[in-house]
Amino acid sequence: MTTLLFYLFAALALGGGLGMVLGRTPVASLLSLIASLFSLAAIYVLLDAHFIAAIQIIVYAGAIMVLFLFVIMLLNLGHDYQRDLREFSWIAAGSVVSGLGGYAVMRAFRAEDAVTDMGGSLLIETALRELNAVGAVAVPLFRSYMVPFELASLLLLVAIVGAVLLAKRRV
Amino acid sequence: MLTESLILSAILFSIGVLGVVIRRNAIILFMCVELMLNAVNLAFVAFSRAVGIEGQVFVFFVMTVAAAEAAVGLAIIISIFRHTETVDIKNFNLLRW
Repeated sequence: MTTLLFYLFAALALGGGLGMVLGRTPVASLLSLIASLFSLAAIYVLLDAHFIAAIQIIVYAGAIMVLFLFVIMLLNLGHDYQRDLREFSWIAAGSVVSGLGGYAVMRAFRAEDAVTDMGGSLLIETALRELNAVGAVAVPLFRSYMVPFELASLLLLVAIVGAVLLAKRRV
Repeated sequence: MLTESLILSAILFSIGVLGVVIRRNAIILFMCVELMLNAVNLAFVAFSRAVGIEGQVFVFFVMTVAAAEAAVGLAIIISIFRHTETVDIKNFNLLRW
C-alpha cells in the first residue's frame, strides 16, 4: 500500500514538474508546480517526516506560491501568449545536460553501497514516539542548531528589508 | 523506498535544470529554482531515514532560505518590470558584459 501510494505521488510530482516546464502560461505553470509540491508533501508523510510535510504545505504551497501568484497577477502576465521557449539549440543542450546530470546522480544513488541505513529509521521512530512529530525536529533544532536558527531569523529580516526596498517605487 | 526517493529527487532536479535552461520567462525560471530546492529537500528527508533526524532540520533551513529568496527575487522582478514592461530575460542585459 505504501509503495503504491509512493509511486502514485511520485508520478504526480513528476507530472507537475513537467507541466511546469512546458506550461503555456505562468499561471498554468504555477498550478502544476503547486500540484508537484503537494505530492512531495505526501511523500514526506510516507517517509515519516510529518512536521516537514506540514510546513511544506503551509510555507511552500501556501505562502510562497501565493506570493508567486500575486506577482503574476500584479504584473498581468500571460495575457498575450507568446512563446517564451528558447531556440532549438538551447532546448537540445538543456535536455542533454539535465538528462546526463540526472542520470549520473541516479547511478550514484543506485550503487549498492550508496545508501546504508545507519540506524536512522530507528532513531526517527524513537524520536517520533517520545517527542511527537514537532518535538522530533524541534529538540535538535533548539539544542544543536540554535545559532543557525537565530541566523535564519536574521536572514529573514534582511530579506524583508531588501524586498521592501527593491519593490518600492522610490527610495 | 529510500533509493526510490533519491532517484525521484534526481529526476525532479533535472526537470528544474531543464526548465531554467529552456524558458525565458523570469517568473518561470524562479519556479524552476523552487522545484530544484524541493528536490534537494526530498533528498535530505530521504537521507534522514538513513542517518537521523538532522536531515529534517536541514530541510527547515532550506525552506527559510527559499522563502527569503522568493521574496527578494520577486521584488527584483517587479522592479525590473517597472523599467522594461516585460519579464522576458532577453531584455535583462544591464549586467551582461
